[in-house]
Amino acid sequence: MMEGSRHGILTCDRGGPAQPLLSVRDLTRHFGGRRAWIGAKVGERRGAVRAVDGVSFDVAKGETLGIVGESGCGKSTLARLITQIIAADAGEVIFDGEAVGTSALDLSAYRREVQMVFQDSYASLNPRLTVEETVAFGPRVHGLARRDAIDRAHDLISRVGLDPTRFAARYPHELSGGQRQRVNIARALALQPRLLILDEAVSALDKSIEAQVLNLLVDLKDEFGLTYMFISHDLNVVRFMSDRVMVMYLGKVAELGAADVILANPRHPYTMALLASMPSMDPDRRTTEAPLSGDPPNPIDPPSGCRFHTRCKFATPVCAQTAPALAEVGPAHRAACLMAAPGSAHPQAPPGAAVAA
Amino acid sequence: MAVITDIGLDVARIPAKPIGRGYWFGVGRRLLGDPVAIAAAVVILAIVLAAIFAPWIAPADPYRASMLRRLRPVGDALYPLGSDELGRDMLSRLIYGGRLSLLMGLLPVVFAFIAGSAIGIVAGFVGGRINTAIMRTVDVFFAFPSVLLAIALSGALGAGILNAIVSLTVVFTPQVTRIAESVTTQIRTRDYVEAARVSGAGPFAIIRVHVLGNVLGPIFVYATSLISVSMILASGLSFLGLGSKPPEPEWGLMLNTLRTAIYVQPVVAALAGAMIFITSISFNLLSDGLRSAMEVK
Repeated sequence: MMEGSRHGILTCDRGGPAQPLLSVRDLTRHFGGRRAWIGAKVGERRGAVRAVDGVSFDVAKGETLGIVGESGCGKSTLARLITQIIAADAGEVIFDGEAVGTSALDLSAYRREVQMVFQDSYASLNPRLTVEETVAFGPRVHGLARRDAIDRAHDLISRVGLDPTRFAARYPHELSGGQRQRVNIARALALQPRLLILDEAVSALDKSIEAQVLNLLVDLKDEFGLTYMFISHDLNVVRFMSDRVMVMYLGKVAELGAADVILANPRHPYTMALLASMPSMDPDRRTTEAPLSGDPPNPIDPPSGCRFHTRCKFATPVCAQTAPALAEVGPAHRAACLMAAPGSAHPQAPPGAAVAA
Repeated sequence: MAVITDIGLDVARIPAKPIGRGYWFGVGRRLLGDPVAIAAAVVILAIVLAAIFAPWIAPADPYRASMLRRLRPVGDALYPLGSDELGRDMLSRLIYGGRLSLLMGLLPVVFAFIAGSAIGIVAGFVGGRINTAIMRTVDVFFAFPSVLLAIALSGALGAGILNAIVSLTVVFTPQVTRIAESVTTQIRTRDYVEAARVSGAGPFAIIRVHVLGNVLGPIFVYATSLISVSMILASGLSFLGLGSKPPEPEWGLMLNTLRTAIYVQPVVAALAGAMIFITSISFNLLSDGLRSAMEVK
């Protein structure tokens, strides 16, 4: 796999550096779905929202995996599945070689290892708790004495760039957005996790503050030897942060590979469209037409075959019939497109033996 | 020295002192700035203190009757607020009457606040089928008008102060439960509750630290608005002979026993009703003041 940037000492490293820190296998979660009780289709199972539909990937130790995609593509559901806030319908999450929820790695132990920073810095802080109480809460529930938990909180508050003597006793409404997000990061670090999931963690911040928080995240990663899953819809930010990038579309992985490779030479038409939608700094290279038109299709009833074929400019009739599997298109670079699958019926597919889709 | 923070402000210019004062400090300060709420609080305090220190304040024995001096008007030389149908001093009886009336107004609300909050928070936090089961059961109680329910329960349990308090508690618990459940359901899906789950906290730690502090305030405000209803219902039960019994001084009961004198001494007959009115409207005004003081973020 990709040679990720590795830093610091990894605590309680079980599987060695080659073992992926997190492996996700066929993770699936559908929401809702009810039997119709009125109309022509009485008794028929109405479709559920296929928020995350058979997603598999690895996160190597010490790397940053960026996850991009449009709103509603399943990024946040994926984060909530990995942190076990919501239960998966199918599939498994393997952390450093141990399946989560088994006797080898129970939920309580797993939760010390994986923490999350939410998008809404205000909603993710309890308005009735001071900054130090918020940061000390996690260590307290894991049995640390009050005095020690407060000490650790003060230490973390200063590590995220806030002065404890000034900020520890404040309430969330007395902080700015950037300061609140720093507190959220301190709270996530308080349990000394190895994997930090950043779910649109900087998306709600002003650009100048966003840059400061991103730099803070880069510094903290070095300092604590962290691994990041960085979820964002902002490709510039993902490019800055990520070693590898995973592109999601309608609950499925569209493309996965090294950040510089994917962003320079995308192989999935959806990734190409996303990159084309980025405003260029060069006025001579202005985009004049929208690379993608319309909203994503309804995830309750996703298109047959390749889910992107309804909006894809390379789509052929075969795309509506065959669902592409993730195919190797380069070193550690995979794309779920029939044009990348050797031997598929797509006219632009590379020649070769057909592979089972 | 100028230290520039990420909001682009010179931190040295941010006042350090008013920081770190909690939400309740702000609520208290806003409440003190509300003249109506202050006035209501003063009235309530006066009535409560008079009831507590009744033996020292009351000019006469509230039980001592006089067949010769019945139904004296307000302003009588012997009876400042007149005398009732048995010649007892009205002022003393009104002061003593505050004891039972306040008790029967407050205790059911206190019990309903405890029971309703517990049931509602559990229902709201657990969600799913348990929530549905609890809330549909609660809905059954809403099928009856609360006056009717209180009378029916008191009638079934028999007359008496204790039974009246029990039946009023049963009447108010579903109402508090419904508020507690709806507030908790809102809090349950907040990001900070999810963050607490991610940090491995159990349901009890999450409820204690993250739910109670955000939920008890609104429930408390709602409960204070129930005090006046409870006082009126309790007086109604006493009026019907289902609460306190003669010769106990209690406002509702006094209103009942004096109603035959309404044409003889209308002002005296209405005094107990006036006390119920003043007390309940004061509780309502205080509750309104508390609500608006807590609404500001």
